[in-house]
Amino acid sequence: MTSEYAEATRRRGLRNLQGMPFVLPYLPFLVVFGIAPTVYALELAFTNVDGGWVAFHNFVRTYDDFRFVPAFKHVLVYTSVWLGTLVVFVVGLALLLHGRANRVSAGFRFLFYIPGALAGAASVLVWLFMLDPSVSPGSFLLHHVVGASIFAQSIAPGNLPFIFAMIAFWTGAGGWIVVMYGALNTIPPDLEEAARIDGAGPITIALRLKLPLIRKWIAYMVILSFATGTQLFVEPEIVQHASFGLVPDTWSANQLAYQMAFRYGDFNGAAAIAVDLLVIGLAGAVLIVTRSGLFRTDD
Amino acid sequence: MRLPALGVRFLILATFGIFFAVPILWLILAPTRTDKALIMGHPIAFGSFHQVALAWKHLDAFSGHIYRRWIANTLYYALSATAITLVVSVPAGYGLAIGKFPGRKLVLSLTLVVMIMPAAALVLPIFLELNAMHLIGRSLSVILPFAFFPFGVYLAYIYYVTALPPDLLDAARVDGAGELQTFLRVALPLAKPVLALIFFFSFVADWNNFFLPYVLLADSNQYPITVGLSDLLASTPSFNPSVGGGGQSVNIFKPELALATLLAVVPIAIVFVFSQRALVRGLVGGAVKE
Repeated sequence: MTSEYAEATRRRGLRNLQGMPFVLPYLPFLVVFGIAPTVYALELAFTNVDGGWVAFHNFVRTYDDFRFVPAFKHVLVYTSVWLGTLVVFVVGLALLLHGRANRVSAGFRFLFYIPGALAGAASVLVWLFMLDPSVSPGSFLLHHVVGASIFAQSIAPGNLPFIFAMIAFWTGAGGWIVVMYGALNTIPPDLEEAARIDGAGPITIALRLKLPLIRKWIAYMVILSFATGTQLFVEPEIVQHASFGLVPDTWSANQLAYQMAFRYGDFNGAAAIAVDLLVIGLAGAVLIVTRSGLFRTDD
Repeated sequence: MRLPALGVRFLILATFGIFFAVPILWLILAPTRTDKALIMGHPIAFGSFHQVALAWKHLDAFSGHIYRRWIANTLYYALSATAITLVVSVPAGYGLAIGKFPGRKLVLSLTLVVMIMPAAALVLPIFLELNAMHLIGRSLSVILPFAFFPFGVYLAYIYYVTALPPDLLDAARVDGAGELQTFLRVALPLAKPVLALIFFFSFVADWNNFFLPYVLLADSNQYPITVGLSDLLASTPSFNPSVGGGGQSVNIFKPELALATLLAVVPIAIVFVFSQRALVRGLVGGAVKE
């Protein structure tokens, strides 16, 4: 009787740990490259070189750095331009493509999507060529719209947020267009048919019926892109190599943090800026996970 | 009435089509032409295959075949990290899907948050951490952070939650199979499609990553191709007149730079062409329910 009871308890205990051994090898990775760096960056941000507690001193100190506000301003302008173009053109193009499902639509989707293969460093190099009036296929646009006849004029500081936004749009928009198109396809055809019978034209249907139904996906795209946009690093870092010293190596916030760590050995200051950025990224992620209902943590 | 609307629609789509396609077309054609032809001739034109061979000769000669080295490094980093990711994340997703152990929800939530958070946000913190542990400048200081791929865990988790009938596992257990055997014989073979997905996503993410290796590696012999490209750009007089006379001797001009960029994206382009649908799912974290 007692042994039977003990056996049952033991089995219940084992069942409670069911699945756990499979997760164990993953935990060190989660801890070492997810949690520990975050905790360590926080610790550095709130202490000085000797490890003494300094409260918000590093945050105040980096904020007062003459490069801090410009760097965050650059990133903010870039992110706003990028988000604006993403929302207007991605949603617009997805609606245009969804009007009629046919081979033309599939061809365009593929065409829009393929620059995604050139994400990161490669896309920046391609656009350096596109922005060089001496070789660019769009040199007449550079001449007449941007007013640039040499490369240095194309990448004038005032143009940079727009250039980076364009590069990000070029590589990323196609993927989102396919996502939005997929979301539009989940709208029941009866609904559209009913609206048409009620006398709604294609534009009314697009704006009044389709748009509200994909609102969730638009919000997801905006939050995710905002969090990603603030982390900008590759684009300005590479352009800076080709800029005749016109572009500072602390153009974006992440670059400033990088320079603080690498050039000045100021790890506490670098950690403070990294934490600023981490908070933005984390806030976006938590917002998506808890509010969007797009991801599941329960079965 | 209908026809003009159709025309306007096509015109808008075609304009964007040109915007997306022309830079790629230019990139493919540029290595076939001389630097002079690129500047003097029509922007979009074909040169000769001989010129491609010449551009490759110059590129390959740069800094003692370092371009080959960069490609080999990238393959090594991306493939090793992806292999570890597969071995670690598929069982983890399975364990999270079938398990009810304490802390399961916490692991899952943390995984989701790190997965959606931009990867760049963690690069400097990882650098600061590894620097304190004196682990900078080794292959492993890139491969191990790459191998932490929460999206893979989430994909495997979602797959097992939706596609694995509990009866199947119970049947295996009744037959006397242990937990490990049940996983290896029943769950793992079922996961082939998700294995392919994780392989693609992880490989593409690792191949394209610039920030992490840029920060963690110091020796140009260790660079992956993304960081190598920026090194190449810094050495060409085409965009960097300060290179000056030294630049003439490295022989890296616009055609060589275009070829270097083109070759660097070939593996990813192949993956992209064959898996448009699958890769787009990466953007939405597997959240699109089909």
